[in-house]
This record gives sequence, structure tokens and C-alpha cells, in this order.
Amino acid sequence: MTEFTKLTLADARDGLHKGDFTSRELTEAHLNAIEDASELNCYVTVTADKALEMADQADAMIKAGDAKGVTGIPIGIKDLYCTKGVHSQTCSHILDGFKPEYESTVTSNLWADGAVMLGKTNQDEFAMGSSNENSHYGPVKNPWRATGSDKDTVPGGSSGGSAASVAADISIAATGTDTGGSIRQPASFAGLVGLKPTYGRCSRWGMIAFASSLDQAGPLTKSVRDAAIMIESMAGYDPKDSTSYDTPVPNYEAALGGDVRGLKVGIPKEYRVDGMPEEIEKLWQQGIDWLKDAGAEIVDISLPHTKYALPTYYIVAPAECSSNLARYDGVKYGLRVTGDSLDDMYKKTRAAGFGDEVKRRILIGTYVLSAGYYDAYYLKAQKVRTLIANDFKAAYSKCDVILTPTAPSAAFNLGDKVDDPLAMYLNDVFTVPASLAGLPGISIPAGLSAEGLPLGLQLLGQAFGEEQLLNVADVLETAADFKAKPTKWWGDAS
Amino acid sequence: MSIDKDTVAKIANLARIEVSESELESTVGELNNILDWVEQLGEVNTDGVEAMTSVVETQLPRRQDQVTDGGYRDQVLKNAPQSEHGFFAVPKVIE
Repeated sequence: MTEFTKLTLADARDGLHKGDFTSRELTEAHLNAIEDASELNCYVTVTADKALEMADQADAMIKAGDAKGVTGIPIGIKDLYCTKGVHSQTCSHILDGFKPEYESTVTSNLWADGAVMLGKTNQDEFAMGSSNENSHYGPVKNPWRATGSDKDTVPGGSSGGSAASVAADISIAATGTDTGGSIRQPASFAGLVGLKPTYGRCSRWGMIAFASSLDQAGPLTKSVRDAAIMIESMAGYDPKDSTSYDTPVPNYEAALGGDVRGLKVGIPKEYRVDGMPEEIEKLWQQGIDWLKDAGAEIVDISLPHTKYALPTYYIVAPAECSSNLARYDGVKYGLRVTGDSLDDMYKKTRAAGFGDEVKRRILIGTYVLSAGYYDAYYLKAQKVRTLIANDFKAAYSKCDVILTPTAPSAAFNLGDKVDDPLAMYLNDVFTVPASLAGLPGISIPAGLSAEGLPLGLQLLGQAFGEEQLLNVADVLETAADFKAKPTKWWGDAS
Repeated sequence: MSIDKDTVAKIANLARIEVSESELESTVGELNNILDWVEQLGEVNTDGVEAMTSVVETQLPRRQDQVTDGGYRDQVLKNAPQSEHGFFAVPKVIE
């Protein structure tokens, strides 16, 4: 019998199309596995009845010959996406009980193509975090543990529940969102492929906003091919998001040709940061060799403002967050804590509803936007952001794609960095620059650390260059031949 | 530029977040750590550099200024903690 939960999206699709099994069988297998893996805390709500209903509709679509790539595929949806009538709280207490009356564009696109929703996945509150320890619903446990260890590791963040669900085989693929690395870093920590497309490639309509000039939707998957299939369904122009880009969605899977001969791969010297673990350095070199062996040309490049990307991000993102999160006031939706006056109600509601990291960023954002400080902080950061984007423009006159590590370490233990916000921010040192420039990036699992935890390599592409990016990622994936899976310690294994 | 307790209290008021006296103390330290760190941007020469306004080179789409959608009062109010007579309801405000 086919082990349904072990299938990649592409294999599941092929099986569904051939009639080897039904979406209902596939979906039931995943719902059972979810129940068995409840201690991982990947899902904040499981929509079992809806999933089976959607699976039956997908089976009818397949029978009628209307199947698309994602038809009948059971997936997890990050809690940040508004899904009609279903828990959508971006894992915050302040949105208690919120059930949207509408569906986000990205999820609408997936459902129109016949994908099946298993439930909503756990995340850092408002996508602010790199370990999924900032969720109102508690941390997610990464299915991966160091060899011989019984200590829990973090799945990365903010799309930690999505990442852990795919790694634990309790979803075939999942949606994430990436503001400064929230898809790519968890993909690296969980041994997955994570794609952040170009800003504007997917509509942000119905995604609960964190930092609007940076937020972008993307998939977490078991393979590069799966990522191509997912993004093709998720992407597209949407008049309801004025920043979505009006350009046709290509057939991304068709771009996976495997030929990178003559392609120029840039290696930015500024990414060799102080204190980078030797094994990350080694893996990076290995990635360079793999692409060289495949016929690509390696080019040394410079992105001189790299070290300023994180501080720039920690002005721009909090500024946008303080503005976006002003809407949570206990009036329109979610939590209300009563007070002596209207103002008192606002203050008590927001004090009780937001977690520590969210409050910290709102306060920073409020400060950097306040009278007298706007020019020194916010305007300055937006200027440095221009310089960072210009660095990439200059680099792409010399190369086609850029290869870097995804994260400066493997998954760390739960609780290890929770008391040190700055140490936590450094997780995104390699992912934030491309976010600030709006460029696409993908993380590919490339090897294991000495402790037996997955490590990812990141490829960055040019604006709307997802086809080329996926093609190079495919070559890297083939060369890396990453087959490792976490040893099951949860559920019926314990 | 380091900030003190009064500044944090002022920001918290602007952000409409209640912060207790004991929280103020720890928040001052945390925010100063972050602000000290971001201040390294001062090293970068940005003379004559335009501030970024959009990461993707595109023009915002235009459309006729006409109402094309709406009439969702009940849906809009559906998630409100309190609503009355088709409005959001809040504590009495008398200045």
C-alpha cells in the first residue's frame, strides 16, 4: 500500500491523476497523522470535516478531467491567512474568536484549483519571530532532534507550524509568509524547500499585515518541483492589492530543465560573517562546487551594505507594524478588555492582547516614527534600503543568481534564545537583505550538521526571475540529494 | 540617543498600550539595546540617496473613482465585541 503521508506533492498529484488513489484517501491519511502528531503543536485548528468535503470536490474535479497541479492535495495554511469562517488569528490573543467573512486571494486561488485545507498552522504572533516561540498557542516542536538527543528544537519562524507540519508528514505542503526570512529560515531548520517569491508576485489581500512593504506569500514543500506547483497556483495579479504585479503567471514546473551551463552564480563576500560555524562555511563551498560541476560559472560579487540590512529591517518593519497594528483596538474584532474610558479600553485591550515581542516592535516603531525622530531613524533606514537594493542591481549586472547559506546555524533548542531579542534577530542575517530589495529567494536542504540537524542553502534571484531560480534550485537539489528524514519520536512512536 | 522611562511611557501612551511601572523598567533596557544597535546606520553616507518608496518598479494602477463594491454592514459587524443598531459600540465618550 502507498504510504500516503510520505508522498511529495508531485507524486501525489501523479497518483491522483492516474486514479491510483483518491483525494479522500490521501486526506484521511493526513488527518490521522495530524491526530498522532498533536504534541508537535503544528496546527492551531484542524478543519477535518471541511477537508473531507473539499477532498470529495477535488475527486469530482479529477474525474471530470479538470485537475490542476494542486487538485486534491491536502495542505496546511498559516494562521495569518484569512479563511472564511475559520480560525484566522495570526496566532495572536488580540484576534480572539475572529472568523473572517472573506477568503484571502492566495487561499482562494488554491481552493479554486482544488487544493484541500487540513487546518491552520501555528506561527509566531503576527509573524514576528524566528523560532515560533512567540505564538499565543504555545511553541511548535521541530520534528528534528539532534542525534541521540531528546531535547526539543525550534522549527524556525515565523512559519514554524507550516514547516514542522511538512517535515513531520502531516501536510504535503503548506503556505507560509516571509517578511524577513519567515519561509526560508524555517525551511532550513526543518529540511525543506521554502520559496519567497518577488514582492508583488502574490496578492497580499486577506493576509493579516505585519510590514506591508515586505510581506509576501510563498510555499514550504518537500521538493523544488512541489514549490513550483504550489507557487503557480498561489501567484497572480489581484486588483484588490495595489502592490500586486500585473504579469502572467508562467508554468513554473516547465522551467525545471536542469541545465545551468554558462549560468553565472554570484558569491557575495560580505556573507562570510564573523563567527559563522565552520560547517555552514563548508556547506556553502559544497554548494559552490555542485553548481560548478553542473557547468555554472562562479563569480565573486560584493554587496557592500549587507551588514546594515538587519538594522535597517528593524527600523522599517517595526515602523510599518506599529502603523498596521493600530487597528487592533477592541472595537472592530477580537479581544476587548473593558476600561474606565475609551482610551483606557484601548490601552488595556492592547496590553492584554499583544505578546511581548509584538509590543516591543510596536513601541520601537512608534518611537522611530514619532516627531523629531522620523528623519534620524525611518527616513535614514529607507535611504539605506535604497543602497541595499542598488547593491543587488549592481551584482546582477555580473551574475544571474546568488548563492548563500540560508541561516547562520541549524535549529537551536527550544528556549535557548527566547530571552535575547537581538540574538534572535540575527537568525535572519542572510535572508533579510533580499527581503528589503523585494527579490525572490529559495532555501534548499543541502546537508546535515554534525549534530544531525538539517542545513539549507539559499539562492537569490532577480525580480520576477522565479523560473530561473527554481531551475537552479532543482539542480542544487539533485546534487545535494538530501534524503534524510527526522526519526519519529512523537505519537505512536513513543 | 538613549531613551529613559519617561520617553517609554510617552511612546506607550502614543501606541495605546498600558505598561505597568515594573514593565517600564525592563522595557527601557530592551528598547535601548535595540536602538543602540540600529544606530550603526549613522555610519552610512546617504547624502543624495532617495528614500525607498517601492521595491518593485511599477506604477500604481488607476481606476475610475466609482463605488464598485460594498453593502457589507452585517459582515463588517459580525466580529465586533459589541455592536448596536448597526454600529460598533464603545464605552460612553463625554468630553
